[in-house]
Order: sequence, then C-alpha cells, then structure tokens
Amino acid sequence: MDITELTVHELQEKLKNKELTVTEITKAYVNRINEKEKDVQAFITLTTDDAIKQSKEIEDKINKKEISGDLAGIPIGIKDNICKKGVKTTAASKMLENFVSPYNATVMEKINNENLITLGKTNMDEFAMGSSTETSYFKKTKNPWDLNRVPGGSSGGSAAAVASNMVPWALGSDTGGSIRQPAGFCGVVGLKPTYGLVSRFGLIAFASSLDQIGTFTKDIKDTAILLNVIAGHDEKDSTSANVEEKDYTKCLKNDVKGLKIAVPKEFFGEGINEEVKDALEKAIEKYKELGAKVEEVSLDIANYALAAYYIIACAEASSNLGRFDGIRYGYRTPNYTNLKDIYVNSRSEGFGDEVKRRIILGTYVLSSGYYDAYYKKAQKVRTLVKNKFDEIFKNYDVILTPTSPTTAFKIGEKSDNPLEMYLSDICTVSVNIAGLPGLSMPCGVDKNGLPIGMQLIGKHFDEETILNAGYTYEQATKFREKYKAELKK
Amino acid sequence: MSIEDYETVIGLEVHAELSTKTKIFCKCPTKFGAEPNTQVCPICMAMPGTLPVLNEKVVEYAVKAGISTNCEIERDSKNDRKNYFYPDLPKAYQISQYDKPLCKGGFIEINVNGENKKIGITRIHIEEDAGKLNHNEFGQGSLVDLNRAGVPLIEIVSEPDMRSSEEVDAYLKKLKSILEYIEVSDCKMQEGSYRADVNVSVRKKGDTEFGTRTEMKNMNSFRSIVRAIEYERARQVEVIENGGKVEQETLRWDDVSGKTFSMRDKEDAQDYRYFPDPDLVAIRLSDEYIENIRKNLPEMPESRKDRYINELGLSEKDANFLTSSKAYSDMFEKAGEICKNYKAVCNWLNSDIARILNEKEQEPDQIPFSAENLAELVKLIDDGVISSSIGKKVLDELFANPRSPKQIIEEKGWVQISDENAIKEVVLKVIKENEESVLDYKAGKDRVLGFLVGQAMKETKGKANPKMLNEMFIEELKK
Amino acid sequence: MKVEKEELLHIANLARLKIKDDEIDKYLLNLQDILNFSNIVNNANVDELKETIGERNSSNVFRKDEIEEFDNIDQMIKNFPEEQENMIRVPKVVQ
Repeated sequence: MDITELTVHELQEKLKNKELTVTEITKAYVNRINEKEKDVQAFITLTTDDAIKQSKEIEDKINKKEISGDLAGIPIGIKDNICKKGVKTTAASKMLENFVSPYNATVMEKINNENLITLGKTNMDEFAMGSSTETSYFKKTKNPWDLNRVPGGSSGGSAAAVASNMVPWALGSDTGGSIRQPAGFCGVVGLKPTYGLVSRFGLIAFASSLDQIGTFTKDIKDTAILLNVIAGHDEKDSTSANVEEKDYTKCLKNDVKGLKIAVPKEFFGEGINEEVKDALEKAIEKYKELGAKVEEVSLDIANYALAAYYIIACAEASSNLGRFDGIRYGYRTPNYTNLKDIYVNSRSEGFGDEVKRRIILGTYVLSSGYYDAYYKKAQKVRTLVKNKFDEIFKNYDVILTPTSPTTAFKIGEKSDNPLEMYLSDICTVSVNIAGLPGLSMPCGVDKNGLPIGMQLIGKHFDEETILNAGYTYEQATKFREKYKAELKK
Repeated sequence: MSIEDYETVIGLEVHAELSTKTKIFCKCPTKFGAEPNTQVCPICMAMPGTLPVLNEKVVEYAVKAGISTNCEIERDSKNDRKNYFYPDLPKAYQISQYDKPLCKGGFIEINVNGENKKIGITRIHIEEDAGKLNHNEFGQGSLVDLNRAGVPLIEIVSEPDMRSSEEVDAYLKKLKSILEYIEVSDCKMQEGSYRADVNVSVRKKGDTEFGTRTEMKNMNSFRSIVRAIEYERARQVEVIENGGKVEQETLRWDDVSGKTFSMRDKEDAQDYRYFPDPDLVAIRLSDEYIENIRKNLPEMPESRKDRYINELGLSEKDANFLTSSKAYSDMFEKAGEICKNYKAVCNWLNSDIARILNEKEQEPDQIPFSAENLAELVKLIDDGVISSSIGKKVLDELFANPRSPKQIIEEKGWVQISDENAIKEVVLKVIKENEESVLDYKAGKDRVLGFLVGQAMKETKGKANPKMLNEMFIEELKK
Repeated sequence: MKVEKEELLHIANLARLKIKDDEIDKYLLNLQDILNFSNIVNNANVDELKETIGERNSSNVFRKDEIEEFDNIDQMIKNFPEEQENMIRVPKVVQ
C-alpha cells in the first residue's frame, strides 16, 4: 500500500482501524515530498520538520485520548497567500519574501483546531495574479502530468502538490478561476465555494469582492470533508455569510435522477478546444444515462463577464496592494534618499511585471474621468451577469461547462501575451462575478494524456447539489482509478 | 480699494474624534497618550489579509451628531476608500464616505454681536484617523506611531456661510459644545481630537461668485484659526489688489511667524480614486433606529439655557456663558446642586475661573478641580468661614494643586476669625493705636471707619470677619 | 480610448510605480489591449441596472464597542524594515 495514494477518507478509515499511525502518514508524505518536490516545485516554504514533530505530539495525544477529532494528524498544504502565524507568508512575491505573519487566518485557526498538520506553503502566481503560476517570484511549478507544462494558476502549487501525492489535500484561493482551472489542468477536484461561505480573514487580498478560499482534493468526498472544516460565519469578515452550518458529506447520494442540468451553448463555442468539447459531451451523455435532465441553454455573458472581471479585479487590487509600500513590513528598497523613493523603488523593485500591469490598469479605471466609463459600468455588468444566472437557476439545478477552453499549456507559451492569458479564464470568471459556487473535476484526458476539467456551477450556498452531481459522476466513471498509475510516476 | 471693500468667505471641515472605547474597524483601545505602537493590531497596522468590521457606536454617534445639527439622516449609506500614499496611512487608503454620507443638509445657529445666524452643515460622514508622525528635531528621519490609526472620526463639513473670523470662532465653539453635550466627542483640542480644515476666499462686496479658496489643514486652536483667517484674508486681498490671482492650494499656518506657507508639491496632482470599499457592507438605517437615538439624546444647550433663565433666574448673558461649554454647564449644575447657591457658582465660573483659564490658554474641560470642590468653596464663604478675598486665594490653590478647600484653609491657616472676643480684642487694639482717627470719626468723618477696618484686617492678615469688624467698630466708637 | 504616454506616467505616479523608458511602449500596448477588450462593458445594455457593490447584498454588519488587545505586537515590530524606539523610521517628511 502506498499511503500517499490514498484519499483522506481512506486515511481516516485506516487510522481508525489502527492500520496506520499519524507519524507513519506524515513520514510517508515527507518522503514523497523529498522525492517529488525537486521536479514539481510546488512549495515556497516547507514545514516538514515541524510537521514530523507535530505528528508525534498529536499521536501522543491521541493515544492518551486527549484529542478525538477524526481529522487529527492528517497532513495538508496551504496556499502561500493564507496567513499562518509565525511562518513566512509571501504571496509568492519578493515584496513579502521575509514577511512572517503575526496572526492566523480564520481558516488556519480552523485547520489548527482540527489538528491537521501543515506540510508547507504552496507556490502560486504572485498575489494570485495569473493563470499558470509562472508569475511567482520564487519558482515555476510544473504540471505533474507533464513537467514541461504549467499546473495552471494561480493556485498551481496546491493543485500540483495534490496531483503528485505530496499532500492528500490543500487549500487554495479563487478570484477568477484560480482553484478550478489548476484543478482542471492537474486532474484533481477543486471547489470554489459561494462568496461569503468561507472567511477571507487572513487571505492576502487580491480582489476583495471576488476572492474566496476553497479546496483541492483527490475526490469529492474529501471536498465535502474539508469544506466542513473551513466553512462558517466569521465575525472578523464583514462579507462572511451567516448561514446555517451543514455537514456536506450528507449530500453525497450517488443519485442524479431528475437533476436539471443546463449546458450553456456559448461555453462550447469559439476558442474551445475540440478534445475538451468531446470530453464534455461524453460527460453530458453520462449524466443523461444516470437519469439527469440535461438541456442546452443560452448564457451570453462570458465576454462581458471577463471584461467586467478584469476591470473590477484590477481596480480592487490597485487599492488592496497599496499597503505594500516598504513602510511597515516587507521589502524596502535600499535605494532611497527620500520618502517618495521608498514608495516608488520598493514597489517597482518588489512587485513583478504582471502585478504592476494590473495595478496600472486598476489605477487607470478608477482615476478621475474613467471611473464611470469602466468601473461603474463594470459594476452594472456584474448585476447583469447575476441576473442572467438567476434566470437560468429558476429552471435548473446545475450549470455544466468546461473548466477551461484548453488543457494545460506549455511553460512560457502564454507568458508574453497578457490578454491571451486572461482569455483562458473565460469559463470561470463569471462564477466569481456572480458569487456562485463552482466545482471542477476531471472528465477525461486529451491525446497528450493531459486531464480535461468539467465545471459544475450551483446556486448561491447550494454547494450540496454540485457536490452530489460531481460525486455521482465520479462514482460512475472512476477517473481516478484509471489514472492513478499515471500520477504515481 | 481697501480691505474693507472685500468680503471674506469661510467654510470649515471639522474633524472630531469620537469617544468610543475601541477604534472604528478593530478592537484596539483609543486611549490618548499611550506609548508608541502599543494600541495596534494586524488590522490597524494593515497587515496583509486583514479586514475591517465597523464599530456600531461610530454609526450611533455620527447619527447623534447629525440629529443634533438638524441634518437629514441617510437611510442607505456606505463606506468608500480614499486612496493615497503617506507613512501615517497604513493601508494606503483611508476608509471614509464619499457620495453617501450618514448625515446631510443641517445647520447650527450662532450668535455674534447679539445677532443670530444660521450656518449650514453640508454633510457629516464617518472615517478613520491616520497615525502620527513624530518629527525628530535632531535625528535623520521621522518616526511613525500608529496608535491613532483607525481612531474613529466624524468630519463635519459646513457650507461657506461664514463671513468673519468672529463667526468662525462662534461656529467652532457652538459645534464643540453640541458634540460635548451629546457626549460623542470630548473635543480636546490640545489632544487633537477637535481640529479643523479652514477654507478661505475673498470677493468684492456685492459679488455673487465666490473667489478662489485656499485651505489650511489640521488647525487645533481657536486662537490660531482666528489669526490665520485674518492673515489669509489680508494676503488674498493684497494679491488681488496687486493685480494677481489667488491660487487654489493647501497652506500650512505657522503660529510662530504668523504666516501661511504653501504645503503640497504641485507636481503631485492628487486623485483619490474613491470607490466603495468591497470589504464592508451597506449601512441601512431604519426609521425606528433613528427615532430611538433622537428620543434618547441628552439635554441640549438651548434647553439648558432656558432653564437657567426661567428656573434659576440667571441673566441671558450668564446663561449664554455657562452653556457655551459643557464643562462649565456641567460644573455649574453639579456645584449649584450641592451648595444651593447657583448665582455664586455662576459668578465664580464667569469671572475668576474664566480669567485664570484665559491666562493659562486652557479650555474649560481642563479645569483641574471638581464641582464638589467649587461647591465647598462657595459654602465656606456663605457660612462665613472665609472671606471672599481668601476665597480667591483658595481658588488659586485649587488650580495649582487641587484638593478640598477645607483642607487648604486649614493647611494655610486661612480660617476667618468670627469669634466675638477675638474680634473685640483687635478692634480695641486698633482704636487705641489710632487715637487721631478716632477723634476724626467722632467729629463726623465717617470715611475714617473704612480706614480703621482696614487696619484691623491688616492686623488679622485678612482673616477677620469684615461684617463683624464693621459692627464692632461702630459699637465701640459710640462709647 | 487611446492611452497617451503622459497619461500612463501620471497613472504610474499615482500608483507609486516607476516605468522604465524602455518599458513604456510595452506597458502602453498591454494597457491599450486590455482596455480595448474591457470596453465591451460599454456595449452591454445595463442602463436600467443598479451597480453591484461588493458581492453580497447584505447590510449592517457591526461589531460591539469592546476592547480586545492584540497579544503579538512584537512580531509586527519585528517586521518593520527600520525600527527606532518601537516606531517605524522613514526619511524626514517635509510638512
């Protein structure tokens, strides 16, 4: 048995039956990291030494019956824009290369309360701005399916770490597809919950009204388990929703009979790779076989949503990233004689190109004379997008689309053309614009052997329906079983 | 043309720190005077990933201020970000309110030279204060202390309705007293919790268009504001008279030289890029919420004034004086309640106490002793324990080292001599030593009595009861 | 809308970013590209619609006025790039 191939619920089972111990599990993952990390480069900071120490303490406490929780001792990876007290939190930027967080993000508190063991902070695009993890200041993460390709982004480190079995699951964040797209590229399950379901307190903000913390797992059941840990109202986040707590594992019924699935034809049109289309069509057939009612609909908002997304996200980012100014923490340029030098040089030297590009765009659309034409319009387009989704959800339970127009592209292939890179987010951003939950899961591979992602979009705070839809499909297709060998390499 | 041919137009933006226990968006205390960077947390230090949550008291206090200045309370309001870089602004944006302030369209009434005038209030909005830059005289740099960052403020913007520095002075004092009465701000100017940006322009009398205005920021003394307006008015008139144009700019008032100086680098054009803060949600106030605050407002100065005139029989002038400051008014009511001599308390406040504060350049809220102390002083005089001239000395002591007046007169041996035998002894001694004066008195020169009483006072170091002395002399001289 | 070089430099100054001379053309091109694309929002028929401000249409999220002191100020001070007497040192600010 290879421990690192197991899902979390399988690990839980084996811990319960005393087939495995907490220290055995942690050691197995640390060994796997030692073996794979040099190729995959998924982590910015590894905390494996602490993890081993912590695993012994937890094992001790379990033996003495001091802790009971059924997740105690399970390892996890954390995207490096989530603050963990006493540990470097860099957001993959030179700006925060040496920043040690003085506090824990709310999700980190929840992770600690469950006695999960953090193995490391995962690589990402700088400040989560990117779709390939290539804009990280520190390293380029490779796609475990093909080391010449990107893992997607911005949560590429988390996706690659799960796909290569270096962690059983991980947390990421999704502003315009940053969980779903890398999940799709790496053949794992990624969930962006409804905006407001998971506290953003302690998540280094990219775009406040779009950011949401979510999960990377090997299967849907693990998604439900991890969502149980991180979801919930938080008084420290004014935008956190006060909804009743749920046990998301209860919704996995393995039954989609009568489920109404909408397939928006615009998401299968121009720019969508044929192999992706084929895989999605097969998935649609599968759903029909399983008793779901699938219908084509029109949802003609993708371009509007993408344009509004870039305006809103960059505007908010330009303001959110003002605090990285070389004054209180982070990178301060050695080249200064006056205050203005500190600002301009620290920021110009501390931020990478993509971050600067977006700050400039965001500053532009907020500046006097352009606010109404861009920002205000984009806010209205946002309402339009929400309304269109609402209309569809009057008659359907789930919307099914590809996660991305293509499978994973080659490293360096798009990094010279920002607009082209932005267009690769076309399938995912409208979900953030409308604040809806979105799930990405593998539904096939292309001729290069690269995974293809399917996106299931649900109603606000109705994660259960998309989790059950995904679970039912997963049980029927066993994607993971088929490709396990591929990832073991 | 001379300066008299011009009219000065002044509008104010007053910033008042709210007296909440915690900051506007985090749970840090707001106490003044703490060691640098001891009242801070990741939120007000703008650590990455932190988020603001609005203090409910800030909204309540702003609404109180709005109702008390006759404003409309906005039912649907929000917070906006004002973006700019400065070392005292940790997030590089200030959370403020842009197009939907909590309160709009009010006024307050002022009285200058016996005439009442309404000054319009454009708006009142909530926002956060910045930190403090300590400028080191000798060192190389400035030092940033963020204790004050995130302390809640209301900004009260007036219409350009004021026409003289007297009106500005009256407006500022009236507004301050309102905020003190409703207990939303302690308005301690010396601690910077009540300060104003002053906008001044001039125009020829009769013109309907406003002239170009200049702005003097962050002024925190009535005296400086008056001086600065007078200076700026004269400067602008001179510029125009010399054929020049007043430039719209931000100025710094220098109290030492008594001049204004240009402040901002003009190449650095500001563009604050206001937009709604996506980390916060809308503020939607119900009629019930607003009504509830209105019902529970404390008694306002106007109503106190009426009560002082009608129930306590004070003159309008005295009533105006007392209600001009909540500190005076509160001390008056409390001390009067204890000693039952409201008139005397009023006189003390109106004359000696106001004079001493003026000499010390202090505000009424800086009176170091309590209402109980003042009441005791009045009672000691009323009971004949001390004379009113000793009372003045006691007051000086109260300012220098506040303690019980009884204790003061005991320590100093200032107790009035009211013992008949003791008085008689002194009277007889003075009569004996001033035979000539006695003869004059008996010859009909009544004025001599005053001289004899004075001698007796000298003898007792001012402690003899003057009424008893007087009576005793008349009696003894009859013999 | 065509972005001029002066405008780009003004925007960069507002954002406290320096664009090197040899990067100006690239930035102009990128910005123009993205703005041209983003201009789609001006084709949307949204005149009748209200803006969505923040994602959740909720209101009145308040906190009680109760003090809670932060217990790890030291770590924040350790992060100061230049520290003096517990304060952050910056070059002299001319007022």
